[in-house]
Amino acid sequence: MSDASERSRIKSERYESGVIPYKKMGYWDADYTIKESDVLCLFRLTPQPGVDPIEAAAAIAGESSTATWTVVWTDLLTACDVYRAKAYFVEEVPNSSTEFFAFIAYECDLFEEGSIANLTASIIGNVFGFKAVKALRLEDMRLPFAYLKTFIGPASGVIVERERLDVFGRPLLGATVKPKLGLSGKNYGRVVYEGLKGGLDFLKDDENINSQPFMRWRERFLYVMEGINRASAKTGAVKGSYLNVTAATMEDMYERAEFAREVGSIIIMIDLVIGYTAIQSMCIWGRKNDTIVHLHRAGHSTYTRQKSHGINFRVICKWMRMSGVDHIHAGTVVGKLEGDPKAVKGFYDTLLLTKLKEDRSTGIFFDMDWASLRKCLPVASGGIHCGQMHQLTELLGEDVVLQFGGGTIGHPDGIQAGATANRVALESMILAKNEGRNYIKEGPQILKDAAKECRPLQTALDLWKSITFEYASTDTMDFEVTPTSSAS
Amino acid sequence: MVRIQQGAFSLSPDLTDDQIKKQIEYATKKKFAIAIEYTDDPHPRNCYWEMWGLPLFDLPDASAILYEINECRKAYPNQYVKVNAFDNTRGVESTALSFIVQRPAFEPGFYLNRQEGKGRNIIYTIQSYAVQSATEGSRY
Repeated sequence: MSDASERSRIKSERYESGVIPYKKMGYWDADYTIKESDVLCLFRLTPQPGVDPIEAAAAIAGESSTATWTVVWTDLLTACDVYRAKAYFVEEVPNSSTEFFAFIAYECDLFEEGSIANLTASIIGNVFGFKAVKALRLEDMRLPFAYLKTFIGPASGVIVERERLDVFGRPLLGATVKPKLGLSGKNYGRVVYEGLKGGLDFLKDDENINSQPFMRWRERFLYVMEGINRASAKTGAVKGSYLNVTAATMEDMYERAEFAREVGSIIIMIDLVIGYTAIQSMCIWGRKNDTIVHLHRAGHSTYTRQKSHGINFRVICKWMRMSGVDHIHAGTVVGKLEGDPKAVKGFYDTLLLTKLKEDRSTGIFFDMDWASLRKCLPVASGGIHCGQMHQLTELLGEDVVLQFGGGTIGHPDGIQAGATANRVALESMILAKNEGRNYIKEGPQILKDAAKECRPLQTALDLWKSITFEYASTDTMDFEVTPTSSAS
Repeated sequence: MVRIQQGAFSLSPDLTDDQIKKQIEYATKKKFAIAIEYTDDPHPRNCYWEMWGLPLFDLPDASAILYEINECRKAYPNQYVKVNAFDNTRGVESTALSFIVQRPAFEPGFYLNRQEGKGRNIIYTIQSYAVQSATEGSRY
């Protein structure tokens, strides 16, 4: 033993080279006292058969913070105990013997200020492919006040958007131009004009309308603006249409956004698939240019829908409110897309409340103060129609954009008639709700009465009265399984 | 002739006094302050209508508020009158409900002016026929 490198080997049990369990490496601390400045995460984990859930939780804490698979002496050059995330609580998921909830606390300094990319590179970076766990899902996060203050949040959000549009006390109304693909610019603008004239506040590009051979983006923007301005003159109201600026590169997106502003659009749109960094950039652009930013959650169901693996959508809601989008699609409950009522309520609360209170029945696992980040307006879109107005009012409240695509454009008497049917149905329900009537029970009658003064509404009710999407939800709360019923 | 779509209930039939009163009761129960505003310049971007006095911060009585609405309607029978309910809760601090309670018998609407810009770009301006045709106070 004459070699210096051998003589200086570390003898302490913790730092002796080799592989030791993560929980012994300092990534498990059942007595940990949570700091106000900690980032907290709740994971749903399914350990591989035979793996101790506490060791799995510690492994997740390790891999999502400082650890690697083996002991490294360079830890000793850092205040490593501070930087180690600590799993501090593990419990069985109700009614399951294979899944566990694992709570993990992270020191705030592990994350770069104002960067969703950095936050997510740690939290969801490597661990989801970890062999020791069969499946892993990020269920919820508590972002500390101090860290939230480094994010811009929505530039306009619910309140400012309402002031700009001059619409108070009722949900906003929108529609997606259909067919999604194939229309020429001129025909596209026609749909925008008719819908807005009929009483909608917004029309909208679909997620996959960018700049295809059948309609290039400049053509679309110009014709849409003609439709918007024509409708605004015709109705004396502020109108808009989400111009989707999603494109291959940031340079393309900035170019399209600049043009949208130049032609006078009050709102632009981006898709979730452009990525967190691009979303943050476009939100800063929106703030600088007085433009509302609408986010379509295209792609989210690939990782949010299955209960055992991925990210719960409420976490995406938090990241997107931090990023600064003004609108985000957050579910309809009664429409054609996935959405357990309790889970959707949790998403809406996450986007709209100024402070969150732990409430496991809606999937909110942490108290969290939003640090004055503005409210992000939820958008309900996908297979909804005016016959469901009482249910939509009850389930989604007033601060929401209700978007009826097929439910507007599919009206037998045309797009304007479809729009008017939706607007009159909505107004009748808000009137009744404010009057203190039992609008949930009396809903169908309230609509029928409103339809006496509005033929387009009668036609729509007759056409869609029996359309429902009743399937059990996949992503449910762990207390009950609620079918998404729209029976009246 | 158009029907201006501003306000929460503008595509429904004009509200009766009884309906207006119920909306006011809803608002005052939620501790919103009612404000009455009128104008003969209903341009979509005109966010400053004339105020019929201050918002009625200390008046929770729906009948008394309806009385003020009617006084305003009597004073300006040919103008637009709207009722705003203001919510000063932290995180809102803005209007929580707004609806039109009177409109002129004839609404001539707006003219869309198009100025040809660069390329195919058009610069749009919305102008009110009524505002252009007469001075303030004698437009409808």
